[in-house]
Amino acid sequence: MTANGTLQIILYFALLLLVTKPIGIYMAKVFEGQKTFLHPLIRPIEKLFYRIMGVKEEEDMRWTTYALSLLGFSVAGLLVSYVLLRAQGSLPFNPKGFSGKDMTPDLSFNTAASFTTNTNWQNYLPEATVSYFSNMVSLAIHNWMSAAAGIAVAVALIRGFARKSAQGIGNFWVDATRAILYVLAPICLVYALVLIQQGVPQNFSPYTQVKTLEGAAQTIAQGPVASQEAIKMLGTNGGGFFNANSAHPYENPTPLANLLQMLSIFLIPAGLTYTFGKMVGSVRQGWALFAAMSVLFLAGTVVCMRAEQKGNPTANALGIQSAETAGQPGGNMEGKETRFGISNSALFATITTDASCGAVNGMHDSFTPVGGMVLLANLMTGEVIFGGTGSGLYGMLMYAVIAVFIAGLMVGRTPEYLGKKIEQYEVKMAMLAVLVLAADILVFTALGANLNIAPGASAVAITDANKADAAKLAATSATWNRIDNLGANNGSSDQFYGATYNNVNNSGSHGFSEILYQYTSQTGNNGSAFAGITGNTPYYNLTGGIAMLIGRFLMIIPLLAIAGSLAKKKAVPATAGTFQTDSGTFVLLLVGTIVIVGALTFFPALSLGPVVEHFQMLKGLTF
Amino acid sequence: MKNSNLLRASVMSVLTITLVFGLLFPAVVTALGGILFKKQAEGSLLRAGSTVIGSELIGQSFSAPGYLHPRPSAAGSGYDASLSGGTNLGPTSDKLINGIHKKLPDGKDDPGNFDGIKDLAAAYRTENGLAKDAVLPADAATRSASGLDPEISPENAALQAARIARIRGLTETEVKRIIETNTAGRQLGVLGEARVNVLKANLALDAAAPGKTGAK
Repeated sequence: MTANGTLQIILYFALLLLVTKPIGIYMAKVFEGQKTFLHPLIRPIEKLFYRIMGVKEEEDMRWTTYALSLLGFSVAGLLVSYVLLRAQGSLPFNPKGFSGKDMTPDLSFNTAASFTTNTNWQNYLPEATVSYFSNMVSLAIHNWMSAAAGIAVAVALIRGFARKSAQGIGNFWVDATRAILYVLAPICLVYALVLIQQGVPQNFSPYTQVKTLEGAAQTIAQGPVASQEAIKMLGTNGGGFFNANSAHPYENPTPLANLLQMLSIFLIPAGLTYTFGKMVGSVRQGWALFAAMSVLFLAGTVVCMRAEQKGNPTANALGIQSAETAGQPGGNMEGKETRFGISNSALFATITTDASCGAVNGMHDSFTPVGGMVLLANLMTGEVIFGGTGSGLYGMLMYAVIAVFIAGLMVGRTPEYLGKKIEQYEVKMAMLAVLVLAADILVFTALGANLNIAPGASAVAITDANKADAAKLAATSATWNRIDNLGANNGSSDQFYGATYNNVNNSGSHGFSEILYQYTSQTGNNGSAFAGITGNTPYYNLTGGIAMLIGRFLMIIPLLAIAGSLAKKKAVPATAGTFQTDSGTFVLLLVGTIVIVGALTFFPALSLGPVVEHFQMLKGLTF
Repeated sequence: MKNSNLLRASVMSVLTITLVFGLLFPAVVTALGGILFKKQAEGSLLRAGSTVIGSELIGQSFSAPGYLHPRPSAAGSGYDASLSGGTNLGPTSDKLINGIHKKLPDGKDDPGNFDGIKDLAAAYRTENGLAKDAVLPADAATRSASGLDPEISPENAALQAARIARIRGLTETEVKRIIETNTAGRQLGVLGEARVNVLKANLALDAAAPGKTGAK
């Protein structure tokens, strides 16, 4: 690794350490209903929200009511997005005249599910498919809502550990409202303005028509980018205003903007570990989780950065510089931006896949096999390495439950965590979440790797010459895996892909990795992609949408059940035999649990993808 | 105590958030951005008179030999700023390395043709009079993630200086000075990478030796 790379990691991590405690304390105050410095300003707005929503602030919910409220909130949002996306042609702020033909029913379902679940997987090309209104309203509201819902679940789970002999785990509406008003909104307002200062546009102008120096015409997409960019990063959503996401110079114009984006991904997830410690009455417990996350984060970053700096030997053999010199970055610069180079692209990629963010500042599809495998492995942990806003902490607590259970088995006594006995019910629920997620990824990937849809092994592109075939094929199952471009503005042709493996952009094992990455990213609600895969067909839109909904809600519901069950329990006093969960041993055990659960489940799939590809690349093979 | 009504809370919360954070928040940010940082909020556009000639943040195509050339681009047919994106080709892709070069039955080039890294590197060496085995900076023959990368590495720019000087009738030192003026170091001394803004450097070249772009 280069000296600069090391410096970038140290600088980033130091800044993260610096902000964790203050934001953690602030969030603990907010969610425990204590006064903060923003109360005089925000408290009246908060009360107004409750009045409009008809919410009783003092109501304390059982876990079932809490879960139902969260589902109601999510379903209402999903429906609103679906309708608004389909209707974008009749809505304002649409300078390019995009319509419901661009957002087909299956694509709208996929997109609405994607944003509702905090995934922000994008099967559409934003600047060629959605209006400013769709971006700003139909999609960006979920950046707020899903982040708030995630934080609410995390806080509810914390209460499960913190409360004793209690029936309720808090009030979903209050938690979600406070998350938005006290945490997300004030930070985003300042953050958006800083981004504008760095060069991120914020306007409602039509796409700019440019006459370049050489006299050619260039059309530059514009829009209210900064306001969406801020919440996209802070809420670990990751859905880009533009197709190139945070690699687009308008979304991420400078290295400083890039640093802020990386920090804002981990800001709330890291802060929540401290909030956790504070609310359960021992900040050391929070730092233990932080430490386990940091170990996995730093290990991933170092491996990924080294692999990217080493570059692609096949390209290097053609005379492409692989070592860093004073005047150029070296390494694998395919799909990376000059201003970020290797170090900041690899660092960003690791962070965005650790968290459930999924914004990208370089194209993951073009990463080296080892670099790409780190990103995949990060996703496969279930997004617990700091993770998403809220989802990172509740995912990590799920692993903590499993870790203390394993420790309990080893010494033969009932495991305890934070003074609560971890019994059959909790372990069953945690294992349910782990198994559902693994099945979600592996079953969909297996189907995607070899599902025979007409016309079968080879795709058929529709041109003027074979228009008659199109009607015949459309009457068969082929319609499930086709791009139907009638009336669309995105310039590519009608295509029947046939078998599901034809949708990949790369041949050989890398093509398999694209499918594996897709369902892993969707299940983990990440949203980053090996973006070469063509996902905008009914088959991929529907399976992807389902994978995302499963990944989100079949994780949240079992965890809320654990919260409800734990809250009811009495605290057991710690004895000499109690396993210390704020110790280095626990951190190691927790890291080990995550790695082993991940490795055992996914190693076979990884070996078919990036592992094979790595050795093929070393032999100079191409496909 | 009556509990909250699930349906009402679900619907009203979504509507309220839509109004406040879907519409009001972007409007406030737009208003403040327009007052505080007008140029950036409008997209950092560069104008010649009333004509917009580009954005300093968005790369554009340059092929005339008297101009500094940007990186190859995968955005649309090249630097299409309404279709951003990279190649999404992995390191073992034959298309990425060797490209695709087919002829249609009527002798025309297949529209699916594609220049691989091998082709891009060879073209770069020929254009700049470099030896066949010259080692190139990593950004010279690879495509960026956005396809709109406005910048190239200083070494990439330096390798092009001799060509530009010849066409422009300037000395190589003058060209290198122009490049250097448009080079940004690491931000705040540590962040990101050093880089040359291609459009700004080319504007400066046009100012130093007007009209001599060498375009055919």
